Amino acid sequence: MNLIRKSLDKIKKPFGKGQKLEKFAPAINAFDTFLFVPNHTTKKGAHIRDAIDLKRTMVTVIIALLPALLYGIYNTGYQYLIQTGSPFTFLEAFIHGSWKIVPMIVVSYVVGLSIEFGFAVYRGHEVNEGYLVTGLLIPMIMPIDIPLWMVGLSTAFAVLVAKEAFGGTGMNILNPALTARAFAFFAYPTYMSGNKVWVSEATNIDAISGETILGTLAAGGKVNYSAMEMFQGSIPGSIAETSTLWVAVGALILILTGIGSWRIIVGGILGASFMGFLFNLWAANELMSFSWINHLIVGGFAFGIVFMATDPVSAAQTNQGKWIYGVLVGIFCIMIRVFNPAYPEGVMLAILLMNVFAPTIDHYVINGNIKKRRKRWETSVNQLKTI
Amino acid sequence: MEVIKDIRTRKGANLNLKGGAEKILDKTVSPSSFSIRPDDFFGIAPKLILKEGAPVKLGSPIFFSKKNTHIKFVSPVAGTITSVVRGPKRKIENIIIKASTKQDSIKYSVSGWDKKNRHDLKSLLTSSGNWPFIHQRPYGTIANPADTPKAIFVSTVKTDPLHGDLQFILKDQKNDFQLGINLLNKLVDQPVFLGVEKEFSDYFESIEGVQHYTVRGPHPAGNLSLHIQELTPLNIGERIWTVNAEDVANLGRFLNSGIFCPRRTVAISGNAVENPKYFQTTIGAELQPFLRKVGTIDKKTRVINGDVLTGNDSTSNCFLGYFNNLVTVIPEGDEYRMFGWLPFVDNNILSLSNTSFSRVFNRKGFDVNTNLNGEERALVVTGEMEKIFPLEIYPMQLLKACMVGDIEKMEALGIYEVVPEDFGLIDYSNTSKIEAQEIIREGIELMINEVG
Repeated sequence: MNLIRKSLDKIKKPFGKGQKLEKFAPAINAFDTFLFVPNHTTKKGAHIRDAIDLKRTMVTVIIALLPALLYGIYNTGYQYLIQTGSPFTFLEAFIHGSWKIVPMIVVSYVVGLSIEFGFAVYRGHEVNEGYLVTGLLIPMIMPIDIPLWMVGLSTAFAVLVAKEAFGGTGMNILNPALTARAFAFFAYPTYMSGNKVWVSEATNIDAISGETILGTLAAGGKVNYSAMEMFQGSIPGSIAETSTLWVAVGALILILTGIGSWRIIVGGILGASFMGFLFNLWAANELMSFSWINHLIVGGFAFGIVFMATDPVSAAQTNQGKWIYGVLVGIFCIMIRVFNPAYPEGVMLAILLMNVFAPTIDHYVINGNIKKRRKRWETSVNQLKTI
Repeated sequence: MEVIKDIRTRKGANLNLKGGAEKILDKTVSPSSFSIRPDDFFGIAPKLILKEGAPVKLGSPIFFSKKNTHIKFVSPVAGTITSVVRGPKRKIENIIIKASTKQDSIKYSVSGWDKKNRHDLKSLLTSSGNWPFIHQRPYGTIANPADTPKAIFVSTVKTDPLHGDLQFILKDQKNDFQLGINLLNKLVDQPVFLGVEKEFSDYFESIEGVQHYTVRGPHPAGNLSLHIQELTPLNIGERIWTVNAEDVANLGRFLNSGIFCPRRTVAISGNAVENPKYFQTTIGAELQPFLRKVGTIDKKTRVINGDVLTGNDSTSNCFLGYFNNLVTVIPEGDEYRMFGWLPFVDNNILSLSNTSFSRVFNRKGFDVNTNLNGEERALVVTGEMEKIFPLEIYPMQLLKACMVGDIEKMEALGIYEVVPEDFGLIDYSNTSKIEAQEIIREGIELMINEVG
């Protein structure tokens, strides 16, 4: 360890204060602090500090994402191989999935991190860790056959427009990963929707069809999957969104570590159940009569509410606000699914919509506190007058 | 006696640190050098009365505040001013006094003080150097004698890490404490509130002229901001005065003898101290003799006047502060930790977050150091501040309002109801390592300059 430390210090020397490469210090620091928690001590304020930092927080989210990602990799191979008809093993399915998905992750990280590093050097601040999560989320919510250059372009759009244009980490209004998906969705609709994109190679091989359950329902068709398959996730869909089971494991990690807001997650489930239940009562078409429980376990709802809606920067920030925000995400998700057959998956648009309204929700919650204080002041002034 | 309110809170956290002071009171150490640091008095602009080399008596005025020239700051000891340490822009950082063997003092006539009118009593306190013991809210500055506060708060409840036990500190000072309370009652017609622990001794029960309230809960339950919010919330334009418990006894002793009493009982503690215990000494005393007596570990250490959350770093300027009953010594933490950012790694470091097993494994207490455990980042995580903040205030929103200097918003969100120390635990626990106390202090300075 000492040896690594010493060689690192040597490499870092030209990046030090007043040295030639000082401007690029954030870039080298990002690698250094990845290996070592720095030796910085407190200069002002509290003299001791908690062990938690943003790196630890973000890595916890990545750990929570891993079960869904690994299952998504397997499911990609499974959906493809089961339709080709030949017998296959778990490993073969996993390898096929990896072959497709790993390049997407690499592209997303390379493009996104390059921009982040560039801005860190340009603005002279350290590289924030938020992109470690965003960069993994972007491929996880894309359809499997999307060309790599589209992944790269959406990533660049998301980081530049959704994040850096607003001032970087902590300042963005919209969730960057969802912005990437929304960009691809509206820019390249043929690659992002329809019944040919959800299973690997479906566009190339005629024998393979890849319609999602929500797509089938929107077209008025019958669903051939059992509730158990939907929960487990062996259904077509975006890469890592299909398995409610493994998303739930991630949710558990987030809630137990306190990193994800349970208020948003529970609120979202309540909102979606309520809306689904109302539509069940109405039951005018296939989507409306689709059981409210099944609504919770198909499509991207579970993944969205657990990993995207809970993004602390773009969600509501007050505890009361989080409840309202979560419930509304759930309600709008089901509403968009049912009312707008062009967008059978409503969760992306529901979350982006609520991202925009989150500051408004917080504004009213905080105004309650401000009004209470003002009222207290006014009563005390009135009392003084009567005396 | 009647307890008017039982204040309870669940929000907060007790930091379980090693190195708490043993309840032994040592009076034998006699330091020879003393100091007064103008920075201990938040919000004043010092103007020197005496120059370097001037002889002083105990109680000789050394400087006054340009903002209120009546309030004198006096020498805690008789001797000679050996140096006036100045910082950038000739700011007075420290006034150092070498004690002489002969202890002369300035004596005021205090007989029949209780017959004096309020104005005379106040000017007796301001000229004798006793007034700086009285602080005010909002802002936590020294009180303005011309104000009429709506209450005076004295609290004997402490919850900060390794805090000195005030029941122990005040144990033999009951008559002085009662006399001090009588004085406070003479200064105002408004109630004097005395905060005590839920299980308090007969000692505090028998104190007269106060309204007792009890406090329970984790840190920062002992902070006065919470007590004020629960008993008589501070509104715009109102004033509340606060006095530290031992300073009430100091005021009492002044009334007994007519001589300014700078007594300070201090707990020297922290995990870098070998035999942590209590000392009775004088405000501003040099700390080295005490540190030698308790013994410190053989590493680079940091000496903190106050607790680890809110205290001042006094390593290079090793004198006791003006108001604190606690000096904490902890090791510096300028060491690297490989992959220390992984969750559930390095569980020996105290963490309030559930991304570490620290609180499960280390029930006996933690060794702490000054490592930042990360780097400053943008504010990302929400909701973590509210968990440990018992006031009816949105802490993150108030911090953001202070950062941008939006006075109207700061006012609306409750800047009058807080002092920097209320954000000590937020400083400690927030993921982004932002300096919350510093931000609030700057916000309060802005308020003082713009609103007053």
